[in-house]
Amino acid sequence: MESLAMGGYGTYVWTCFGLAAAVLIINEWRVRARQSTVYKEIEVRIKALEESA
Amino acid sequence: MKPRQQRMLAVGLVAVGLAIAATFTLRAFKDNMMFFVEISDVMAGNYPKERNFRIGGLVVAGTVEREEGSLDMSFEVTDTRCALPVTYSGVVPDLFREGQGVVAHGRMGGNGTFVADKIMAKHDEEYMAPEVAESLAKHVQDQTKSVQYLSTECNANDS
Amino acid sequence: MWKWFHQLASPPHFYRIAPIFSAVLLLPGLALIAYGVYAGLFLAPMDYQQGDAFRIIYVHVPSAYLSMMAYMIMAVAGGIGLIWRMKLAHAVAASAAPLGAWFTFLALATGSIWGRPMWGTWWEWADPRMMSELILLFFYFGYMALRAAIDDTAKADKASAVLALVGVVNVIIVHYSVEWWSSLHQGQTIMAKDGPAMDPGMLYPLLANIFGFTLLFGSLLLRRTRTEVLFRERRTRWVKEMILAPEGQS
Repeated sequence: MESLAMGGYGTYVWTCFGLAAAVLIINEWRVRARQSTVYKEIEVRIKALEESA
Repeated sequence: MKPRQQRMLAVGLVAVGLAIAATFTLRAFKDNMMFFVEISDVMAGNYPKERNFRIGGLVVAGTVEREEGSLDMSFEVTDTRCALPVTYSGVVPDLFREGQGVVAHGRMGGNGTFVADKIMAKHDEEYMAPEVAESLAKHVQDQTKSVQYLSTECNANDS
Repeated sequence: MWKWFHQLASPPHFYRIAPIFSAVLLLPGLALIAYGVYAGLFLAPMDYQQGDAFRIIYVHVPSAYLSMMAYMIMAVAGGIGLIWRMKLAHAVAASAAPLGAWFTFLALATGSIWGRPMWGTWWEWADPRMMSELILLFFYFGYMALRAAIDDTAKADKASAVLALVGVVNVIIVHYSVEWWSSLHQGQTIMAKDGPAMDPGMLYPLLANIFGFTLLFGSLLLRRTRTEVLFRERRTRWVKEMILAPEGQS
């Protein structure tokens, strides 16, 4: 527990590490989400074109 | 609005935004350069009289005095040539220490004392473990011990 | 060599191999960060002046470094796209911008949180290091806004590449601001003239995090660029064939 207190700077230190983790996770998630959105959009359009042809 | 006009507007907004940001920065730089006054200049009387400015230097070891039961304190700041007395009322940052770098924002009081309304501490680019610092003979604490005050030069225009 | 390079830069080929490269960067990146964060928080000695607050350096320096690195990648890729009309380069530049903006935000936020207890201020408007880093964030925003504003991809590529190249001046200012002007921010530690001014026990986790963050950034950039390539090539034959192929994978 003592090491988690960071000599009284716990709030500052943990906020920074939390923010960093959040930014990394958000970016990983956004990259994945965008890939699947773009892929699905293109898939729908191409399959629609294929059926109408 | 036509798409083309929308695009023009968006590009215009971006340009205006960047211009504002650039102006802001240049003004901030100018402020930083103009209203940061060397201690020696302050003591020679060359400082803005009607507005706040910033001074920077080292806290002279052994000069920090705190009023019992209040946040009032006083200390001297040196550019290693001259030392200027500073008074301040408030909480100082954790890195505020004797012999260490400090930046003070405020204005000159009547009696040749700088009245600070904000104190900021600087630290150097060295990082080391406490034991290592100790074995290096605590050189940091003693930075101002060797200062030779050229009082004749510094107090020329002191009131 | 050139043949290999051209093949690598061909959209379908890039689309196929990017996930492999991405994984190759991601795994060691995560391992380095895991070590860097743990060692930085619990194994490295505390600083003789800043105590445990100095540990913020383990996320602040990697993100500040990446904020500039990402910008340089964006500007250089934009420049390559302008000069050699290389499609993949523009896709890289467009993909680097949002990532760079996030790391710039992280550098500003962690710097501010670090500055409060140590320097005694969250933010100083007149400080050259802080202001130039903030302007860096504005350049990223301006770059993305400019791209979003122009529908024609080719025109957006050119205009934004020019903006990115102009902004390189600001990156240079960010880097040298602590030397050229008086800033609250201290000077270079790792790249100090007489070698790193830091205990090895503090330095190694920091280096691990810098490399780890960079690898992770590379992994994200590759995958973002891959999606960008897919979007830009959405009307081409290879995309159609890939999607209609029975084993079509995302």
